[in-house]
Amino acid sequence: MKPTRKNNVLPGFGLTLGYTIFYLSIIVLIPLTALLFKTATLTWADFVATVTSPRVTASFRLTFGAAIGAAFVNAFWGTLVAWVLVRYRFPGRKLVDSLVDLPFALPTAVAGITLATVYSANGWLGKYLEPLGVKVAFTPLGIMVAMVFIGLPFVVRTVQPVLEELEPEIEEAAACLGANRWQTIARILLPAVTPAIITGFALAFARGVGEYGSIIFIAGNMPMKSEITPLLIITKLEQYDYAGATAIATVMLAISFLMLLVINLLQKWTRRYTA
Amino acid sequence: MANITTLHNKSTDQARRQLSEPFWVRWLLISSALLFLSLFLFVPLASVFSEALAKGVETYLAALQEADTWSAIKLTLLVAVISVPLNLFFGLAASWAIAKFEFRGKSLLITLIDLPFSVSPVISGLIYVLMFGLQGWIGPWLQDHDIKIIFAAPGIILATIFVTFPFVARELIPLMESQGCEEEEAALTLGASGLQTFFRVTFPNIKWGILYGVILCNARAMGEFGAVSVVSGHIRGMTNTVPLQVEILYNEYNYAAAFAVATLLALLALVTLVIKSWVEFRMKQQEIRS
Repeated sequence: MKPTRKNNVLPGFGLTLGYTIFYLSIIVLIPLTALLFKTATLTWADFVATVTSPRVTASFRLTFGAAIGAAFVNAFWGTLVAWVLVRYRFPGRKLVDSLVDLPFALPTAVAGITLATVYSANGWLGKYLEPLGVKVAFTPLGIMVAMVFIGLPFVVRTVQPVLEELEPEIEEAAACLGANRWQTIARILLPAVTPAIITGFALAFARGVGEYGSIIFIAGNMPMKSEITPLLIITKLEQYDYAGATAIATVMLAISFLMLLVINLLQKWTRRYTA
Repeated sequence: MANITTLHNKSTDQARRQLSEPFWVRWLLISSALLFLSLFLFVPLASVFSEALAKGVETYLAALQEADTWSAIKLTLLVAVISVPLNLFFGLAASWAIAKFEFRGKSLLITLIDLPFSVSPVISGLIYVLMFGLQGWIGPWLQDHDIKIIFAAPGIILATIFVTFPFVARELIPLMESQGCEEEEAALTLGASGLQTFFRVTFPNIKWGILYGVILCNARAMGEFGAVSVVSGHIRGMTNTVPLQVEILYNEYNYAAAFAVATLLALLALVTLVIKSWVEFRMKQQEIRS
């Protein structure tokens, strides 16, 4: 392959591109193809039977349901956090701002055992929730709590730069033309940040669907009730049911690719507002 | 003069009132955001350290001195020492090719580089089991030659490379694209060799970006759980990384020890966040200067 811009004098195009494609192939592309080939050894009837068995469909419902719920929670609270961090000044703001990235940096296993402990019946937060009849640990609600934890930075970090780059002149103009504060927020600010909120929602959702480490400790892992799809893949593997594990993984992978496509389109849409 | 100042102050006050929310609304929004963050981030973070020290400092230190914990730490360091430099080298090559040249299929290539981020960690482990496991593509051949990849360190390293694959590249590509090629072209015109141009001209411009990508890559490499748990086989003292050791101790109801080991990873996360904030600060400064 040759660079299309002919007058480029910089060296190393062939070498760096060649190495990029080589490394990408051996680490990512060939192993992912192995998954697809393994699935292809199943007959169509077997594949359908595996991915529509009650235990598998129950895990899909649970995983996607909890991920959508958690993404909604994050879309609302993440936007509020981004707004507070960008618009208001309060002591400790910088510290809070850096700690928002904690779910990116904290290993998922640590997040998992910690959330399970804090939200268990006699944990720091669980002991106040339990008397109210709210059981979090070892229920589907616990799965959502873990997904909210890992998904939060995605929404905050997508909405924050858009809010930062909004020009104050637009709000000033709205105020000058007689809009009250509420009208300015609803008609001027919200439409501008909506693409970013939706992108953050999609990113948080995609992360929640695939998440494993932070969830399994708090989930309880009862088949049909609180068993997420990634755990089911591991269970099948431990029973040496490679074909079953592969079939479920293929469905999840197809959904991830679809999400990736949607997110790419959303990000293009968001960029119209930031550029 | 004084009158003008007070007049000015009055009108900016009024403007501020129309361009911001009343005091009580601001106060309500800030405290509810902080309450939400406390429930989901701050309280859990504090509880890691509190649980670890619940049975006293001696139990805490004893848990860290376990032989199995030490071998887990060694394996985790080994994994990071191999996977981070490989992904750094890849990130440099990929961002040079993508940011400095135009070619067909570029956006497809960028999407493919980002791919590992959208694959579930469990699937990231599974694909290597399907390639190198006993029932996999080259598993039987590997067994005949007595090479162990799955349930051994090489498998753990491969899975870690996969999940941390995009970190450096995705940080450097936009950074190098925004800087263009003029400085490099000037250096070449003045007679510098390709490598000289890279180390003397490109590198100083992207060094903070490199550091940023590397610390995030390292945090994930040392903390990865899902993908590693599929390929590791959980052999105590042999193929357990630190996160897997936390899981084992926790599942044995040895909570104090589990949280003691977990504090190591929590400290790693906090150090990562501190370095990250510092690098962001330096990057902003560099931007202002140029």
